Amino acid sequence: MVQYSQTRFDAAFAALSDATRRGVLEQLGRSDASITDLAQKFHMTLTGMKKHVGVLEQAGLVTTEKVGRVRTCRLGARRLEDEAAWIEGYRQRWSARFDALDKVIEELKQKEKVDGRRKRE
Amino acid sequence: MDAGKESESNPTTVERTSEREMVVRRTFNGPARIVFAAWTTPDLLMRWWAPKSYGITFISCEADVRTGGTYRFVFGHSASDQPMAFFGKYIEVIPNARLVWTNDEGGEGGAVTTVTFEERGAETLVVMRDLYPSKEALDEAIASGNTSGISDQFAQLDALLVTLSAGAGRS
Repeated sequence: MVQYSQTRFDAAFAALSDATRRGVLEQLGRSDASITDLAQKFHMTLTGMKKHVGVLEQAGLVTTEKVGRVRTCRLGARRLEDEAAWIEGYRQRWSARFDALDKVIEELKQKEKVDGRRKRE
Repeated sequence: MDAGKESESNPTTVERTSEREMVVRRTFNGPARIVFAAWTTPDLLMRWWAPKSYGITFISCEADVRTGGTYRFVFGHSASDQPMAFFGKYIEVIPNARLVWTNDEGGEGGAVTTVTFEERGAETLVVMRDLYPSKEALDEAIASGNTSGISDQFAQLDALLVTLSAGAGRS
């Protein structure tokens, strides 16, 4: 049972304490799978597998998406990484992009100087 | 050479301003018309949208930058033989001032991106807002790393799975 007072890591470790759920993660590490696929692979009922996937989903280890009648499960690391750390990674990537943009802007400015004032056509 | 200094480039800030919105801010040393041109001309976009550190390269870049026009950026990644495509529609284009586009590659959970260009003297402040349809959609984007194209989270999960496999006596 996942309690709201648990930290994210507690939830993740609780989810990982079960051999079937670890097996599901390994399986999803190879490819996405539907609940039905997983139930068959692990010789379980759909209801049983839904419960396991639910625990993994609450722990942020798996995300699911329903397309038509099929619910596809895939690895999702929502809470493995702190959001702040993700934001910093995102900032660094944009920063790298913008540093490249600086060079383009610098070149365009030089070109304008050389060409004289250029107007949009 | 002052290698230790970052004073050369202007700072980039990122903030999650609400449950549904991420905002990136950066000042550029040039007039708005030049910065805007760099965001809207495919040949120029290709020179900065995928810098070397991303590990991805442009395969093609199409951008019909006018209200109702579409764009499609296709990238290759050394670790994958599958190209990645990012596409959507420009829903508002005000030259040298404002761009709004959809991000449709992820289906319904995609953000709407609004970029504003504010000229301040010889500089231009660019503010880019990604507004997701729901908190869940932004959480999902963070979880899957799909806003970056490269997922640190998945690298971490890979490491976890290796540990799990080792524990289970598999290789």
